[in-house]
Amino acid sequence: MNGFTGFVLRRAVGAAVTLLAISVIVYIVFYATPGNVAQITCGPRCSPEQVHQVARQLNLDDPLFVRYGHFLQGLVAGQDYSTGTSVQHCSAPCLGLSYQSDQQVTQLIWAKLPVSLSLVAGAMVLWLILGVGTGVLSAWRRGRFSERVLTGITLAGTATPVFVIGLVLMIVVCGELRLLPFPQYVALTDDPEQWAWNLLLPWLSLALIEAAAFARLTRASMLETLAEDHIRTFRAYGVGERSVVGRHALRGAFAPVIALNANNVGSAVGGAVLTETLFGLPGIGQELVHAVNVVDLPVVVGMVLVIGFFVVLANAVADVLYAVADRRVVLT
Amino acid sequence: MSLVDVTGLRVDFGALRAVDGLSFRLEEGAALALVGESGSGKSTVASALLGLHRGTGARVEGSIEVAGTDVQRASEEELRRLRGGPAAMVFQDPLSSLDPYYAIGDQIAEVYRVHARVSRRAARTRAVEVLDRVGIPDAARRSRSRPHEFSGGMRQRALIAMALSCEPRLLIADEPTTALDVTVQAQVLDLLHTLREETGMGLLLVTHDVGVAAESVDEVLVMRHGKAVEHGPVAGVLGAPAQPYTRELLAAVPRLDAPRKTSTAPEEVVLEAAGLRREFGRGKRAFTAVDDVSLTLRRGETLGIVGESGSGKTTLGRMLVGLLEPTAGTLTFEGRAHTGVNPAVQMVFQDPVSSLNPRRSVGESIADPLRARGERQEGRIRERVGELLERVGLEAAHYDRYPHEFSGGQRQRVGIARALAAGPRVIVCDEPVSALDVTTQAHVVGLLGELQRELGLALVFVAHDLAVVRQVSDRVAVMRRGRVVEEGPVEEVYESPRDPYTRQLLAAVPALDPEAAARRRAQRRELAAA
Repeated sequence: MNGFTGFVLRRAVGAAVTLLAISVIVYIVFYATPGNVAQITCGPRCSPEQVHQVARQLNLDDPLFVRYGHFLQGLVAGQDYSTGTSVQHCSAPCLGLSYQSDQQVTQLIWAKLPVSLSLVAGAMVLWLILGVGTGVLSAWRRGRFSERVLTGITLAGTATPVFVIGLVLMIVVCGELRLLPFPQYVALTDDPEQWAWNLLLPWLSLALIEAAAFARLTRASMLETLAEDHIRTFRAYGVGERSVVGRHALRGAFAPVIALNANNVGSAVGGAVLTETLFGLPGIGQELVHAVNVVDLPVVVGMVLVIGFFVVLANAVADVLYAVADRRVVLT
Repeated sequence: MSLVDVTGLRVDFGALRAVDGLSFRLEEGAALALVGESGSGKSTVASALLGLHRGTGARVEGSIEVAGTDVQRASEEELRRLRGGPAAMVFQDPLSSLDPYYAIGDQIAEVYRVHARVSRRAARTRAVEVLDRVGIPDAARRSRSRPHEFSGGMRQRALIAMALSCEPRLLIADEPTTALDVTVQAQVLDLLHTLREETGMGLLLVTHDVGVAAESVDEVLVMRHGKAVEHGPVAGVLGAPAQPYTRELLAAVPRLDAPRKTSTAPEEVVLEAAGLRREFGRGKRAFTAVDDVSLTLRRGETLGIVGESGSGKTTLGRMLVGLLEPTAGTLTFEGRAHTGVNPAVQMVFQDPVSSLNPRRSVGESIADPLRARGERQEGRIRERVGELLERVGLEAAHYDRYPHEFSGGQRQRVGIARALAAGPRVIVCDEPVSALDVTTQAHVVGLLGELQRELGLALVFVAHDLAVVRQVSDRVAVMRRGRVVEEGPVEEVYESPRDPYTRQLLAAVPALDPEAAARRRAQRRELAAA
């Protein structure tokens, strides 16, 4: 597996470069925007002197590239922060301190990440089953009544906002039928069973939205594969329809699904804000929106980098899956 | 009872009647070829024999009986038993006809298990057996390869192996050699011949190539516009055709033994290549496509470049035009160093479909070279393009039409007009007729000859078809693995080839006369044994 190790190494270097580029862009976008960060952080009632002091404390007076240099230094070697009276050591990889709470950004992310990952992992399983299943069925039953019903349902799925689906689910399942308690996040390490029960509705709501895209993609790529010559070969040799569709067509149709899934998983880690908010899940997305609102820039930069990391990771995994699924692919 | 009995077959795709009242029979162990140009309905007939039009929206009428099954009335289950069992089909384009994701042996085993109640392991053993039978070396190991790891010829053999796995009584082969090089084509046709001798199966061969038919069958049915034009024993139909269309078709087929014009080219050299070399890739993956090729092209002459796929002929052609930079070597055009593109050296491409922009009118495409040379006046451009269109046998009014409104041959004429627009003195034609039907081919070749005489053009004619090259060229260069193995006047190279590879190539060309075909087959065996 020499080629594979090489691939992983090249990918890791590529990911590092990508993340560095993201950090530069995020830095420029957020720190160079007009608006007085010190004023916002300090609060509306601060006197100009207090604002000035806060700005000094947050090193806001330094030029942008100097601050970026500090940021990189913290990332690689860790850093000490003086918060007025005491000194806080932030060990590498240090993403800085929150302007709002003086908490280390890394700790903040560590606290939120399990929630977001739990949500995305479960939802992904559901949206793949729902989406790919619907796609295969509607490609197979193309033009028939059952296909139209399925297409209608998936279209309705994409068209309905997550807060509508989620609310309806909650009202019906938890309110009327009392099948489940209203969701409340329980950590996987605390109680796996409760973890799953409480996340069931969030998973479903997120999956229903995403499944529609997978259904349409799977259907289109199945239809394309079904029109290929090798499918004709197997039909001309009397191979049954179930085997033709399930073995030969589905395998060929899978590559675009892998690619789409990588992107969706990556972006859902930080992008499932609506679902998180609706179900009161303290995840990355919710925290990021909050941080943007209060201009807590270290938190924003840190979270964007973490989200970027997951997008890059998901795509690298997709590339490996590609190569496993199709031997013609050479990993470079 | 006959193996195949078709009466009054009619196939409609919507308003289009693809097959119109066709009847024929094929006895056990006999071989019949359906010959026709594209759109004649021959492949539609082949698919109808296995009931493959079911569920596609095509309307099939008439009666079809194959190996005792009434295909029109059979249930899905009966059809599935027929397909791949008593009647098996081999398709064109073996790369796309096999599933790219599974090992070839597994695919054959899967098909075998549809028809024989055996274990997975036994089916796998059978797959290796048939792969070995069709001449795949080291079949047990190669059966684990995926299709992309096989060469074109090996993939075609693998498809034939799949067909053989259930010992069919009828083999339907739809253009089984069209995508292959001549030497590989000859091997596949010889294989089909041997298999037929050994197993006594019947063969229905669908082909556009009269030569391929002459090599392989006892009877020929010539089709045109969905109807049978002529039907009879191969020697009769091809030797003494009764119908005008058959005669036209045969006359258009380029032959190795046809009389040809004698060259009267002046000695003045227009284009000279010395030590041309081209590599692709770097380091360990470097690949030399063209290696130390030196050629001269004289004013008004045609230089043919023949070779099989991968021989480097297209790369050489592109370097001559300046579309590719040589890695080493020099090009001289009319006494001066020739680098980059030059309006005086133009190119006509192989695929008339993809070499024209489908979203622009043909007039616009032809006008490109004029605009590139700085012509800005719309009126003059239209006038000149109109002249060019007429010059290549189209109409000036075709300016505003789009490529899809033209047939393949007409599109190739547009491609030639575009090349002429720049006012070239040399045109490099890369497989200009290989995508065309033989009758169209003859017209386009005729047009090129006319233009050459009138405009004093020097042509480089790159092609894999030895007979076409012989017909148009004054001199010919034979390429193999990036090198020119033999070069000289056409008569010399074709009548007394010096290089063994040239001899092998010439022996592989299908002959129109069945007796000559048998002689060449024997000759091939000798060459292979030697």
